[in-house]
Amino acid sequence: MLVSYRWLSEYVDLTGVTAAELADRITKSGIEVERVEALDCGMKGVVIGHVLECEPHPNADKLRKCVVDIGEGEPVQIICGAPNVAKGQKVAVAKVGAVLPGHFKIKRAKLRGEESNGMICSLQELGVEAKVVPKEYADGIFVFPSDAPIGADALEWLGLHDEVLELSLTPNRADCLSMIGVAYEVAAILGRDVKLPEAAVKETNENVHDYISVRVEAPEDNPLYAGRIVKNVRIGPSPLWMQARLMAAGIRPHNNVVDITNYILLEYGQPLHAFDYDRLGSKEIVVRRAKAGETIITLDDVERKLTEDHLVITNGREPVALAGVMGGANSEVRDDTKTVFIEAAYFTSPVIRQAVKDHGLRSEASTRFEKGIDPARTKEALDRAAALMAEYAGGEVVGGVVEASVWREEPVAVAVTLERINSVLGTAITKEEAAAILSNLQFPFAENNGMFTIRVPSRRRDIAIEEDIIEEVARLYGYDRLPATLPVAEAKPGGLTPQQAKRRRVRRYLEGAGLFQAITYSLTSPDKAARFALETAELVRLALPMSEERSVLRQSLIPHLLEAASYNRARQVENIALYEIGSVYLSKGEGVQPAEKERLAGVLTGLWHAHLWQGEKKAVDFYVAKGILDGLFDLLGLAARIQYKPAKRADLHPGRTADIALDGKVIGFVGQLHPAVQKEYDLKETYVFELALTDLLNAESEAIRYEPIPRFPSVVRDIALVVDENVEAGALKQAIEEAGKPLVKDVSLFDVYKGDRLPDGKKSLAFSLRYYDPERTLTDEEVAAVHERVLAAVEKQFGAVLRG
Amino acid sequence: MKERLYELKQEALRRIDEAKDVKALNDVRVAYLGKKGPITEVLRGMGALPPEERPKLGALANEVREAIQQALEAKQTKLEQEEVERKLAAEAIDVTLPGRPVKLGNPHPLTRVIEEIEDLFIGMGYTVAEGPEVETDYYNFEALNLPKGHPARDMQDSFYITEEILLRTHTSPMQARTMEKHRGRGPVKIICPGKVYRRDTDDATHSHQFTQIEGLVVDRNIRMSDLKGTLREFARKLFGEGRDIRFRPSFFPFTEPSVEVDVSCFRCEGRGCGVCKGTGWIEILGAGMVHPNVLEMAGFDSKTYTGFAFGMGPERIAMLKYGIDDIRHFYQNDLRFLRQFLRV
Ligand SMILES: [Zn+2]
Repeated sequence: MLVSYRWLSEYVDLTGVTAAELADRITKSGIEVERVEALDCGMKGVVIGHVLECEPHPNADKLRKCVVDIGEGEPVQIICGAPNVAKGQKVAVAKVGAVLPGHFKIKRAKLRGEESNGMICSLQELGVEAKVVPKEYADGIFVFPSDAPIGADALEWLGLHDEVLELSLTPNRADCLSMIGVAYEVAAILGRDVKLPEAAVKETNENVHDYISVRVEAPEDNPLYAGRIVKNVRIGPSPLWMQARLMAAGIRPHNNVVDITNYILLEYGQPLHAFDYDRLGSKEIVVRRAKAGETIITLDDVERKLTEDHLVITNGREPVALAGVMGGANSEVRDDTKTVFIEAAYFTSPVIRQAVKDHGLRSEASTRFEKGIDPARTKEALDRAAALMAEYAGGEVVGGVVEASVWREEPVAVAVTLERINSVLGTAITKEEAAAILSNLQFPFAENNGMFTIRVPSRRRDIAIEEDIIEEVARLYGYDRLPATLPVAEAKPGGLTPQQAKRRRVRRYLEGAGLFQAITYSLTSPDKAARFALETAELVRLALPMSEERSVLRQSLIPHLLEAASYNRARQVENIALYEIGSVYLSKGEGVQPAEKERLAGVLTGLWHAHLWQGEKKAVDFYVAKGILDGLFDLLGLAARIQYKPAKRADLHPGRTADIALDGKVIGFVGQLHPAVQKEYDLKETYVFELALTDLLNAESEAIRYEPIPRFPSVVRDIALVVDENVEAGALKQAIEEAGKPLVKDVSLFDVYKGDRLPDGKKSLAFSLRYYDPERTLTDEEVAAVHERVLAAVEKQFGAVLRG
Repeated sequence: MKERLYELKQEALRRIDEAKDVKALNDVRVAYLGKKGPITEVLRGMGALPPEERPKLGALANEVREAIQQALEAKQTKLEQEEVERKLAAEAIDVTLPGRPVKLGNPHPLTRVIEEIEDLFIGMGYTVAEGPEVETDYYNFEALNLPKGHPARDMQDSFYITEEILLRTHTSPMQARTMEKHRGRGPVKIICPGKVYRRDTDDATHSHQFTQIEGLVVDRNIRMSDLKGTLREFARKLFGEGRDIRFRPSFFPFTEPSVEVDVSCFRCEGRGCGVCKGTGWIEILGAGMVHPNVLEMAGFDSKTYTGFAFGMGPERIAMLKYGIDDIRHFYQNDLRFLRQFLRV
């Protein structure tokens, strides 16, 4: 909402309050003023001039040579390029030395050999936005009414010595979509009175019912419809002051009748529509839902297909307006219009919103209906419009109002105690202070023993419950006067749940291990959504996606992590280690919320470690990725319950991928990207992993229990075992541990050998075994006996022989 | 013979002094103190002396031996020390060469901000509530006093899956869910961080996916002044002591009264600068007293219970705190961006 400071001052005394101060106070008490704009900013030296002579420029086709009386000294010669400049016009002249917007200074000049002492201005050159400039002056200079005084300040006549406040209104404050509404708000803030406009109408002896009748067949959409007839109007421009106000408010002036309807829309927040009575084609107005297949050509010359969702104004046969949104071309007010039917109606929000949505038409009128108008003022606005048409369009107002109404004003009363106000706010507002605020708001109220009973004016439809009154009191009392306290309550410690705390430990571990946390999008494309997924289900699809690329919810984090890796590599970042913790979404069927499962995923590529001047360089490989996960399982106290099993998964290297199981149930995988996929993402050797984090966090961690520190020396024996190539190191190790119980404590693999010194198809795995008894020092014989048992066991199970 | 002993002593001390290394020193030791050495020789010739002089000469011989022995030891220590020093000098390295790097990653800047805020409120007795990102229309809108047809819930702004299910547009559904779980009994004191989604075209200031943190306190006698005190405490901990906050009236369907909360600019101390667009204040939160409809729908008696709620955007806070100029950075995962957030 654009509010002219000077116009506003007609309704409420603004003496002693500058526009900037007013903006600040409005903002502080509830409505954000986005900006204050001085319309004449930086301009000076523009006067009204009279074009005495106007003839073609001798040396230029498109220029005219004018002689203009500017009310001081001799008339001056000005070269003008506007196509509409003509002898006898009153125009805006920027004199030599004048400054126009953008620090544009007017100087004496020679144009194609002819002297020019100033400039005849268009409205755009005076800083008026092109979209509000009247159409007839859109491509040329502005022409003043012939009675405009020569030499007078043109900016004053154009209403440009004014400031405009741009109000950003929250949806609850539709009352401020009108000058009167803003005036009430400002009056409440300043503690001053509101002066309402004069709406008295002088009527003829005729009866409006002889001209027209009204029937509303859809009263739930249109609870109130009223109209007046104004005859013998003369269509012409509206007074300059009115045009200036419309332009300042962002509305393009049109003609006197249309301008008056728009003026009332701005003043009262009541949209009006003016029909050419003679073009209505009947003597009745019927308001009803449109019939399927019906059409209307609206004022913008677009034929619109209607449905039963839309409300139309008809002449009893066919639509003449799309109610509350736009009039029909067939009944439009034109230059030859003689009799006007003014419609003032209350259309309810849903039916208007539907029409706006279906036709993509949002207007000043529809916006007000969508947000809700004050029907208590509808007829007053109608009267004022009729009175203005009599005054500024030479019309005569036919006696009476046609009306169809089911609307009854239902008084809203809200009661609230002073104690409740203070206990909700934490303030010590006195009865007198609260009463003063309510009086300033012009809310009628009664007070009894600290209980305020307020009759809410119909203009404030946002106020219905005691909290609304508390808010009114609070904002006008001033939030800066609110004390700062802390809740008085039983002190309970806050904290993270065990899962949340573990998740944070997991993050810190991964970061400490060298991975950076990524956050990628949850929405993806259908072809990527389930790729790499640990578990898949029906995709969860958006009803109206903005693009195919973001149309379904992901079931794995890996595709977007790969995109991130690819993005980095394209920017010369070659060594990449990223992890992400986030949800995947598995449909549980149409119409129910999907299962959301938290995953931990990572992508590793490039060098894992480089310390080049000492000759160290280690590229990421499977065991780098696995080592990170091993540490993670250790951290979570799950290492003993985790197993890696060779696995084949789509898009992963068939020989370099392992499923990871917790207590035998697969909860993740780690592996190298399939070379084809590496190529697809333009990546080199790349490893990925994804784990069901929820399962890991929910698994009971092994609690820490102190184990006595060894008191007796342990004995270490190394063995190198030759086995078939396909024997898994993990299985062999497990067998050694099993056979060595209880004396063998640690088994660690320290060498793997394949090559010339062994027969084909064989490999050697070397383990270091530590023997230990917490009660005593072991003898060589005891160790040797167990060692033999271990060797016998692995020979039996794997055919393992000691390497000679 | 006396003279001979003095002579030997002088001679030995000179040779010790001249010895260049441990081997030369050993030669001296063998030459003078060995069984066949000259001192033993002198003592062997003692038989030719009168018996009363023998002890004297013996004592003198021992003195000489002792002196040589001491000189040897002193020289030995000195030589060994020199040896060590030589060796260490040869082992010197260039300490300015780069160290072996320790591989370190770091959290995403949004996680940094979210965890910092979580911790601030945990310190004030809050717990962290988490919930589904795919929500029902009921929890995302209706339970928050946004009935169907409310202008603030335009279809255009939300990603619907079906008519009743959508990607949550804010973290507020967790407020309703948590309150329901409390079955009408306070206190409720939670902070809800999480991802949210809106139908926005991604650009420098918009992202169809972003994060939010909301807080909710419901109890008997919760006042709006408690909201102010709580948020001031929060602002000071997050942006530094001396920060102030101000409330500006606003409108949210789920709170009444509603306010927007500004923090005094931490860059210019309120004098006005580019960060605060010259106003000295930075808008950082939306907040208010929980709307009685929201309390009632979640099973709380709005006559006995009151509450406050607040919400903020970690992206905005991170952008302000670190001077980040484009919201898309948070979701591009450019390592040149991510690795700037390592320091404590
Ligand atoms: Zn600043």
